[in-house]
Amino acid sequence: MSNILEIKDMSKFFDDFTAADSVNLSVKEGEFVSILGPSGCGKTTLLRIVAGFLEESRGEVLIKGKNMKSVSPENRPVNIVFQSLALFPMMNVYENVAFGLKRKKLNKQEIEKEVLSMLERVGLQGFEKKKINELSGGQKQRVAIARSLVMKPSILLLDEPLSALDRKLREHMKVELKELQREIGTTFIYITHDQSEALVMSDRVAVMNKGFLEQVDTPQNLYRNPKTAFVAGFVGENNRFEIVRKEDKEIITKSGMRISRPCLEFTPDVMYIRPEAFMLEPSKDMEDIAVMEAEIKTILFDGANTKMSVLVDSREEVLIALQQNAKFQTLKEGDVIKIGVAYDNIKCYKE
Amino acid sequence: MQDNKKAFYFLLIPVLLWLVMLIILPHVDLFFSSFKPNSGEDTYTLENYLIFFQDKIYWSTFLYTTAYAIGVTLLAFIVSFPVAFYLVKVISPKHAAFLMLMLLIPLWIGELVTIYGWVILLGDKGAINESLIFLGIIDTPITMLYTNFSMIIGLLYMSMLFMIIPIMTTLESLDDAQIEAASDLGASKFTIFKSIVIPHSMPGIINGSIIVFMLVIGDYLAPNILGGKSSLWFTEQIYNQFLSTFNWNQGAAFGFLLLIISSATIWAALRLSGQKLEKVEN
Amino acid sequence: MIQSLPNSPVYKYGYRLYIALFFAFLLLPLIAISVLAFNDTTSITLPWKGFTLDWFFADTTARKGLFSDADLLQSIWISLQTAFLMAGLSTVVGTIAALLFEQYNFRFKNLLYFFAIAPLVIPGVILGISILLGSTYVGGILDTKFGIDLEIFGPGFWLVVLGQFSFGATYVMLLVAARLKKFDFALEEAALSLKASRLESIWYITIPFLKPAIIGAFVVAFLMSFANFNTTIFLIGSDPTLPVDLYSRIKFSSTPVLNAVSFMIILIITIVATASVFIKKKK
Repeated sequence: MSNILEIKDMSKFFDDFTAADSVNLSVKEGEFVSILGPSGCGKTTLLRIVAGFLEESRGEVLIKGKNMKSVSPENRPVNIVFQSLALFPMMNVYENVAFGLKRKKLNKQEIEKEVLSMLERVGLQGFEKKKINELSGGQKQRVAIARSLVMKPSILLLDEPLSALDRKLREHMKVELKELQREIGTTFIYITHDQSEALVMSDRVAVMNKGFLEQVDTPQNLYRNPKTAFVAGFVGENNRFEIVRKEDKEIITKSGMRISRPCLEFTPDVMYIRPEAFMLEPSKDMEDIAVMEAEIKTILFDGANTKMSVLVDSREEVLIALQQNAKFQTLKEGDVIKIGVAYDNIKCYKE
Repeated sequence: MQDNKKAFYFLLIPVLLWLVMLIILPHVDLFFSSFKPNSGEDTYTLENYLIFFQDKIYWSTFLYTTAYAIGVTLLAFIVSFPVAFYLVKVISPKHAAFLMLMLLIPLWIGELVTIYGWVILLGDKGAINESLIFLGIIDTPITMLYTNFSMIIGLLYMSMLFMIIPIMTTLESLDDAQIEAASDLGASKFTIFKSIVIPHSMPGIINGSIIVFMLVIGDYLAPNILGGKSSLWFTEQIYNQFLSTFNWNQGAAFGFLLLIISSATIWAALRLSGQKLEKVEN
Repeated sequence: MIQSLPNSPVYKYGYRLYIALFFAFLLLPLIAISVLAFNDTTSITLPWKGFTLDWFFADTTARKGLFSDADLLQSIWISLQTAFLMAGLSTVVGTIAALLFEQYNFRFKNLLYFFAIAPLVIPGVILGISILLGSTYVGGILDTKFGIDLEIFGPGFWLVVLGQFSFGATYVMLLVAARLKKFDFALEEAALSLKASRLESIWYITIPFLKPAIIGAFVVAFLMSFANFNTTIFLIGSDPTLPVDLYSRIKFSSTPVLNAVSFMIILIITIVATASVFIKKKK
């Protein structure tokens, strides 16, 4: 499969501010790629450059192998679903979806056929005459997506389109969007600051920080093997330990916790361990694990998500997952238990 | 991007034509005309300005007009502030909308018609004198028309709306809870006005004052129709130069002086209040 | 003070009395004009001599009613034409200016914007004499250097339209820009993304959004033109507009026909203003 989008060593400067820093990204046809990052990381700038609303300062953007430099937005084979959705309030649903087709100078019958089939596809048949302000949040969402998809773009750019929805609807739309994308096969580039949206929907996720792409990978790899400290801290819940020194085969954290034998090759600056990586009362015969003593401070009950906050070596506060099975139901605050973590699950980084 | 450039020039050109042809060039021409001699020779001279300073009637009218314009602006503030406060804070928005309508109607009817109304009302045989005589309050008519009094009434009438609206705009953004809190902390009405309401509406008061001052100092109809022999307004001097004695260059010099005094006052007001001209219109 | 606070009766009723007096002050001239428009006398003052419609319909040498006074009708007609053209021109250019200043950054933008809002603080007299001087100057150059004698540069109908337009466009610009500030520019980008050109996106998306403000601005400009005296007086040729005609009549020959004209203006404005409030409420 060929790359539908290729961004090569692309940078964008605003005066002395660098919004995008030597970005390299290839997207295959039909892929669902998310660009994930905190607000202000440059992800919207990246999207606007691909759409043609901003011009790159350096490097190139190729769509279907063609350099897009000084190609205006209306001449690029991409469409955007905006964060605010940007539905035209003075037009009804049909007119909104037909707007782009009219600009393409299609004849009336064709427009009608395309619009109606697209509305059916997103489950909005019968809504043609509705005013935009008569629609629910989810319906508006679908109109915005239909309006872009009806243009048959090579790439659909989505700029946090779910952020305006309430949580429940957002969960639902995540699934719907993923299924819709699989069904029509259009390449989606999805901008978000919500890691769950990115992980659930995407084939690959590009994590962006301060204009720089930290890691581009599948959601599974991103979670299991974060390549940088930023990715480890940003994607999923994690315990962060700042390291002060290495002694023999032990590493000492800032608050004085000792942990044995991870990261033999170098002295890291930080270390990350996911809450679910900790084992409670590990059996004595397990190999390659670090074992510590911990006092339970607080149990944060949240169903399957229950965690507890423990003090290791009476110093370091650590969050660990607490599985809801019979074995550990009797644990209570103040108990002292043994916890273990496999060396593989201790991730060390230079910062 | 080319497309965007095309659109930009499409928008820029009519705006440039408007501003260059009708705003910039005419005022540049006003400036240069004011330095041309009355004889029509093609030289530059200060004689038009010298005449202004030498002839007492001109500079005293200028000072008189400026002083009265400041006075009327102050009066407009005193009359308008309670009305603005009443419309925003005291009565319901529904009633306020009705009263706003009554405020706006005289504005749209136009200055000339309303001034004519005052001519009818204030004359010796006008409605007010006739009513007072009919009621037996007075025996002989009080002379009101063609005096400074009638002129001030006319100036106030046509300008006070422009004081009320900016003050209303700022009062709308004053949270009632601030007034309640001040009262709760034991402040008297006077203190509340002095330390909460007036400071909050200061931007509106400044904006309103600028507009009122500009309208009053540049007005012609009220001083000319309602004013008496002693109510000499500086704009009347400009009219005379242009429309009676046809001494356009002299008139241009007077016009330029009027422009300077109004701009300087506005500039000073903006400086004192730390605002920008762009904000005045809102 | 505000309703939620206790007020003494003296304060409360004193305040109400003041407001009542204020609105009496506001409406008194309009009432006086309206009532005396029907007074059966040639004088514009009291006393009341009985009801008549002469000042609207009579056509005798002593009493010429509004609808028989050819001069008056002519000046009304000229004012209507002037107002219509001025409002049209101001609406087009003012809207364009609003789009330009709100959406683009360019060199000298602040300077140009300063000139665009300058008519707010330039007395109408100055605008009038400047445009008279400027047009005479340009017209003079065209005449002596190129031998072209264009009527538009001399005082007359078109110069009045242009002179009033010079400040009319400013007010339209401000009214339209106020609405444009509430415009979500993502809508225009969405249109561009849906393959509309820049001008198409303005035409199909921005202008429809601005429509209420544009219509309102047209009406405002129309009324401003219809009532304008200060600028117009310097620019008229042989055909006076209504305010200029009324002015000379007030100065030199007042009869209740002035009340009749004024009454018609008051009536129309009141109806239009009330209607506009009701239309707004419905929305």
